[in-house]
Amino acid sequence: MKTQKILRKMFPLLFWLGVWVAAYLATGQELLIASPVSVMKRFAFVTEAAFWRCVGMSLYRAAMAYVLGIIIACMLAVLCHLWQWVDDLVRPALAVIRATPVASFIILALVWLSSSNVPILTGMLMVVPVVFSNVKEGIDATDPQLLEMGRLFQWSRWKIFRRIIIPSVKSTFLAACEACVGLCFKASIAAEVIGTPKNAIGTQLYSAKIYLETDTLMAWTLVVILLSMGIEKLLRCIIRGGEKRVHHP
Amino acid sequence: MSIILEDVQKSFSGKQVIRNASVTIGAGERVCFFGPSGCGKTTMLRLICGLEQPDKGSIRLPDGLRWSCHFQEDRLLPWYTSAENIALVTKDDPAIWLEQVHLREAWGLYPDELSGGMRRRVSLARALAHESDALVLDEPLRELDAATAKAMLQLIDISINGRTLLLVTHDPSQAEALHCRMIAMPL
Repeated sequence: MKTQKILRKMFPLLFWLGVWVAAYLATGQELLIASPVSVMKRFAFVTEAAFWRCVGMSLYRAAMAYVLGIIIACMLAVLCHLWQWVDDLVRPALAVIRATPVASFIILALVWLSSSNVPILTGMLMVVPVVFSNVKEGIDATDPQLLEMGRLFQWSRWKIFRRIIIPSVKSTFLAACEACVGLCFKASIAAEVIGTPKNAIGTQLYSAKIYLETDTLMAWTLVVILLSMGIEKLLRCIIRGGEKRVHHP
Repeated sequence: MSIILEDVQKSFSGKQVIRNASVTIGAGERVCFFGPSGCGKTTMLRLICGLEQPDKGSIRLPDGLRWSCHFQEDRLLPWYTSAENIALVTKDDPAIWLEQVHLREAWGLYPDELSGGMRRRVSLARALAHESDALVLDEPLRELDAATAKAMLQLIDISINGRTLLLVTHDPSQAEALHCRMIAMPL
């Protein structure tokens, strides 16, 4: 049973590895598709300090983008709930952000900001619309009878917010946080590719492309995939842990 | 300081629910709005509490009047236990109030783990526990068996403690037991 389970888990991995090898053999050129062996050899860069500097700085930028995006989205959602005119102003802007290609933002942002800050802005723009709509939806869906109860018991606005609105919004907010973490990381890496800041995974990807180092390019891509999966998994664990401590009716 | 309603009117979707209502309720007085279903008893309470605005007429309330309410629905916060729901409105030990409504065992239980009748009693305990000048009870004994209802009536009677009572009920015996002035509401 245990062997069967391991085989079942390993099968997709072995299958796609086989596809990779087959593609490499079919083209027969390292420049087009690097072999798994040469990509694994490139992974020797994990022992270099420069690798960890790039990973650290890229993660820092993505984390900044993520946190700032969440804060701004929540603040906008609250303001839009309080004042309709703010909602009327914000909604079209967010619709434009959603519809605009991420590359357009990156190029435009490079005109205004240093290349190191562009990934933060880009990642943030991915987070804000998703978190905003979920939080706003959650606030709007707060049970009006509970809000009425809070008002009649003369609760302060802050107490109503903390005891009624935040718990009501919690599940939709966490769902949005989970949904956009990978998106934010990947958009921030894309901005690094175009902006090429110092110490960045995106810059390494760009250099590898310029110097036609396909094995390096694929190795860094694998790093991005692994980091993205790791971040998503870590966040999911944190969210599940937090949800367990709260009673869900 | 009295609660004074003068020629109050209220309509919903063109249907007049409250017609020219004029009532004066003295401080510490106990009144019961009594009448058949759909006659506007709950609307009257909501108008007095300020949850609805009258179409015509005026409602005057004493300055800084503090309300305590037990609604037709239990309106307990589903993410807090029974004890926490009570603790949110009072500095008293919630255990004392849960004991008073015969629900000591419900201390750590969430609203969705309680029966309808139990939730009603937790909600009643919350309303009684809250320090206020006026107590609004909308059908407080609905969904309770006769023995529990009788015990809750006694609890309400001793917990009013000089507060103004605004009661809504279908059952005139409840109003009598609480020594309320009856205000009949026509359909």
